[in-house]
Amino acid sequence: MHPAYSVILFTTASGAGYGLMFWLCLGHALGLVPNSASMLFVSMALALLLITIGLISSTLHLGRPERAIGAFSQWRSSWLSREGVAAVATYIPSGLLALIWLLGMETSWTVPLAVLAAAGAVVTVYCTGMIYASLRTIRQWYLGLVPMVYLSLAAATGALLLGFVMAVFGYVPSWVAALTLVTLAASAALKVHYWNVIDADPGKYTAEMATGLGSPGQVRQLDPPHTQANFVMREMGYAVARKHAEKLRQAVLFALFAGPAVMMLIVLFFGWAAAFFYLLAIGMTAFGVLIERWLFFAEADHVVTLYYGASRA
Amino acid sequence: MTSLPESTEKKLGLVIDLDICVGCQACATSCKEWNTGGYSAPLSDHDPYGADPFGAWLNRVHSYEVGEGRGSKTVHFPRSCLHCEEPDCVTVCPTGASYKRVEDGIVLVNPDICIGCKLCSWACPYGAREYDVDDGVMKKCTLCVDRIYNETIPEEDRLPACVRACPTGARAFGDLGDPQSAVSKAVADRGGYGLLEEFGYKPVNRYLPPRTANSNTASTSVVAKSAEAIPKPDGSAIERLFAWADQALSR
Repeated sequence: MHPAYSVILFTTASGAGYGLMFWLCLGHALGLVPNSASMLFVSMALALLLITIGLISSTLHLGRPERAIGAFSQWRSSWLSREGVAAVATYIPSGLLALIWLLGMETSWTVPLAVLAAAGAVVTVYCTGMIYASLRTIRQWYLGLVPMVYLSLAAATGALLLGFVMAVFGYVPSWVAALTLVTLAASAALKVHYWNVIDADPGKYTAEMATGLGSPGQVRQLDPPHTQANFVMREMGYAVARKHAEKLRQAVLFALFAGPAVMMLIVLFFGWAAAFFYLLAIGMTAFGVLIERWLFFAEADHVVTLYYGASRA
Repeated sequence: MTSLPESTEKKLGLVIDLDICVGCQACATSCKEWNTGGYSAPLSDHDPYGADPFGAWLNRVHSYEVGEGRGSKTVHFPRSCLHCEEPDCVTVCPTGASYKRVEDGIVLVNPDICIGCKLCSWACPYGAREYDVDDGVMKKCTLCVDRIYNETIPEEDRLPACVRACPTGARAFGDLGDPQSAVSKAVADRGGYGLLEEFGYKPVNRYLPPRTANSNTASTSVVAKSAEAIPKPDGSAIERLFAWADQALSR
């Protein structure tokens, strides 16, 4: 599958934003996050900024972005529509919380609003994952693991952001660093498991099945229907070289897990310059998660390639 | 509404005979010609006569080579939307632009509400949907919905453009939900099949398999017979006259 940069930016930025919103709201509801209105507001504003950048970016790959309002209508059948509805619904409690914290209001409503916002964040990221996991045409996506990877990466990048904002405001509780470490480890473990699963499956569909011409023997492409690549080949036929994929996977594991994990251990055991080490970890993780998302597309084989010379998909 | 209908009154579709398709591209060209001015207008092209032509086509003709050695054959393989009974290209659509008609089973895109998110093309295993970069919306085979019911054109033209154009009669159009229709009978007679049935979208279009050349002797005997039909030279005066004329004129 062709990696669309707007979709990569959307899923990674809004994923991190929802992750931050989730941990912030959960921490607030459980009384774990210090009740500093300015810190709470800056965290929520950062989450909403990332989510909004992501959502605006996602409309960039639309052919008719001016009609995007229509995408909220088919939530009964479409995961993309559900994601849109969940994203907009989540703006309501999170926006109210941002407003309450900005105005420094004292109210007990923040706890139920925080619970709603946290739930909305989980639902929205799950819907994002399901857009891909519901496509039977792509075996690397049609897996229950896919929304789990989306959720765990959102959780890890969000925890990292929360740790950074708190450190900037002078709060360095060890539970945030530990949470970041655990969610990063879980993400890395899930991703390695995902790669093992997709590598073990050669694809159950063949060119013979696609054309129904298998009885005399193997089907080979003699002439494609056109001299140059068409939309289907450009969009669905994109493939990454195996050896590059291997290197990029290692880069993901380093940038997304090993590097930030060292930073978290430094924060946990030494506790100095926490904001700086969080920022370093964020830089590495951003790089890692962008490559991870690019690979998610580039390594995906679409069944339609069977009509264009692939033998299995 | 992108939820699928429980059932459709008709199952309109195409039957494509791979035994007689010669890969002439007339169906693809005719499709493009009709649809660039019809329901799907415009079907835009970029650099159509240049080095890197790119454009939206609703029907594409592949050519495959099947098998090895003497048993191998070349099969020309037209591919367009199969108007599946249970396709995800409809259900994934967030806007309701992609829908399946209850009255005849045609899968259509409403170009007025499509947002061009391309998710439907990702959900199609057959590559039937092509995005129009200029129009910003998805395009697909409409079974020439603007021809088949069109009372302003002569009755013999009320067929999909591809069927009307096929010079070898390799394409037929009809109701595959009616076992008594000509297309259903052809499918039953010839062992017609759907593409990638394992996938589960229940495609409606059917392909008639290329017939197997069960004996090489059968095909060579036809050649031998026609060779026998040419009389052997008998050395008559008229033959010698023609031989002389041939030589004289060849100088």
